[in-house]
Amino acid sequence: MGIDRRKFVKLAGLTVLGFAGAKPGGVFSQETPAADTASTAPPSGEPTAPLEGKRWAMIVDVRKCMQNPDCHACSDACHLTHNVPDFGNPKDEIKWIWKESFHHAFHEQGHEHLEERMLHTKLPVLCNHCDNPPCVKVCPTQATWRREKDGIVMMDWHRCIGCRYCVVACPYGSRSFNWRDPRPFIKEIQPDFPTRTRGVVEKCTFCEERLSRGQLPACVEACEHGALKFGDLEDPDSEVRAILRENYTIRRKPALGTQPEIYYIV
Amino acid sequence: MHDGGKVIIGLIIFLALITFPLWYNVATGKAGYVPELEKATDGPCVRDTIYMKANHMDLLNDWRDEVVRSGDRFYQHADLGRVEKSLSNTCLSCHENKDKFCDRCHDYMGVEPYCWDCHIIPKELTYGN
Repeated sequence: MGIDRRKFVKLAGLTVLGFAGAKPGGVFSQETPAADTASTAPPSGEPTAPLEGKRWAMIVDVRKCMQNPDCHACSDACHLTHNVPDFGNPKDEIKWIWKESFHHAFHEQGHEHLEERMLHTKLPVLCNHCDNPPCVKVCPTQATWRREKDGIVMMDWHRCIGCRYCVVACPYGSRSFNWRDPRPFIKEIQPDFPTRTRGVVEKCTFCEERLSRGQLPACVEACEHGALKFGDLEDPDSEVRAILRENYTIRRKPALGTQPEIYYIV
Repeated sequence: MHDGGKVIIGLIIFLALITFPLWYNVATGKAGYVPELEKATDGPCVRDTIYMKANHMDLLNDWRDEVVRSGDRFYQHADLGRVEKSLSNTCLSCHENKDKFCDRCHDYMGVEPYCWDCHIIPKELTYGN
């Protein structure tokens, strides 16, 4: 034998050491490049004070929507702001806020001799941000939950597994499922808001990202006719409380006990 | 040892074959290759470079949970003040070229984060429009 086990192991060890000699550099080096501590400009602008409320709610003045039957500024603004895709067919449709007939929105209150003006009315509907949301109860991953501080029913798209229990549980049809990759179907992408992926449920979040920047929800801001009012129900001096005191308002499917927080003046 | 010579030759051939990628990279000069990443256009970063190299994914995961679950949207930095916890709006505003910064290293490491399936790279709006 020209080589014994001992020599073989030695040689093998030396060979491995030969490979280990190269010094790592570039992105894996432990040295800090000097350039990183150069300038001082902050990456984002000075933040504005957030809008804060204990129980956000919205009032829809259907009388004003009636006067402008062809107006859908609210849904246009919302869907643009939140990168909502338009698949061009009702089967795949994604909706955050949209217009619905009185019969569909309030079928419990409708009857065959409903007054004429109501028959032809389309009124905006959206997530009701219920006090007792059935979608939250059924979510197996807590991807949707009711925010205690202001009552917004939130969505965490990172966590949604696309089981669609919430879509079934929601009595208002406020939740939409992405059956297809939505990105190619977004007309104009807004870079400061994420898109969604295939297999994720989405819905209105009461513009919580805008509230945190001190802005009103996009639909409220876009409504030129003053049909949408947004405010804090827990604040007795708020505009929404004043409107509720002075007007008869109805809510969608109140008998279900979900305690919706979108009020309609009809 | 029976047929010792043949066994040793066989072993040498076997070792040469399984270490071929190593020899090949040494021979072609690729063994020492590490990707060169494009420098940030602005700074400083929210954390130091060594921390970010090793832990940027943990930082981003924490930011994600804090923003989405707790509504806690701002990061307090000693020099920068309040910084928005945002991949698209904060990180990518200095690291403008995702191809030459994020992707170059992720490709080298063989990881495929899915951040950009939803979050938008401001400089690369390729869809829609």
